[in-house]
Amino acid sequence: MPVRVQTGDFDIGEEIARLRVGDRGVGAIASFIGTVRDVNDATTITGLTLEHYPGMTEAALDEIVAEARQRFDIRDALVVHRVGALVPGDQIVLVVVTGAHRGAAFDACEFVMDWLKTRAPFWKKERLPDGERWVEARASDDEAAQRW
Amino acid sequence: MPDTSVSAQLRVRVVYLARLRDALGSAGETFALPADDAPTVDSLVAALRGRGGAFATELAPGRAIRFAVNHRVAGRSQSVADGDEVAIFPPVTGG
Repeated sequence: MPVRVQTGDFDIGEEIARLRVGDRGVGAIASFIGTVRDVNDATTITGLTLEHYPGMTEAALDEIVAEARQRFDIRDALVVHRVGALVPGDQIVLVVVTGAHRGAAFDACEFVMDWLKTRAPFWKKERLPDGERWVEARASDDEAAQRW
Repeated sequence: MPDTSVSAQLRVRVVYLARLRDALGSAGETFALPADDAPTVDSLVAALRGRGGAFATELAPGRAIRFAVNHRVAGRSQSVADGDEVAIFPPVTGG
């Protein structure tokens, strides 16, 4: 299963083992984990709530992975994204890409994250010491996605 | 023969997500549009804006909002049909 949305945590070791098992053609494994910072825009963050759009989220992630498979010579790819209440230090998102060689694996991993940041229906609400605020999208994320 | 003296309407399910849900005070609603003027995402937004208040402010031209029709990303010019689910949301911030 190439994409998952879940409230629980994930273990990168287990996920990589499951993704590569039985594929002796794999010569490179690239991965990315996004985690919750304790500060954003110079403000202390006590936690995050991640919302998504059930029904669309998995389909959007599936499309991103399918696009990565089309653009890069990779063997397989996995995306796990958490939703719900998280605290600083928690893992948010995991991308793993397997390939025969590192170039395509690195590129596909970065591509999946760049597209996920601008196309997958997730929204972060930050908890601050004195309230909450929705995170605003960054122009730099749009620019990163447009490179590809 | 259907009664053509009454203008036909189509009904769409509108879903508001994230900051927009908070700002509009609603997670969603069923909304009726005249079927005879080829409604689009844009005409739906214009009709919602016509209510005034937070709808006029949040959906004003130039505000950063995004759309999905039946769970697929859509532009303003996309047509909407009876029974469609149209989601309106701020730019995404996952990852």
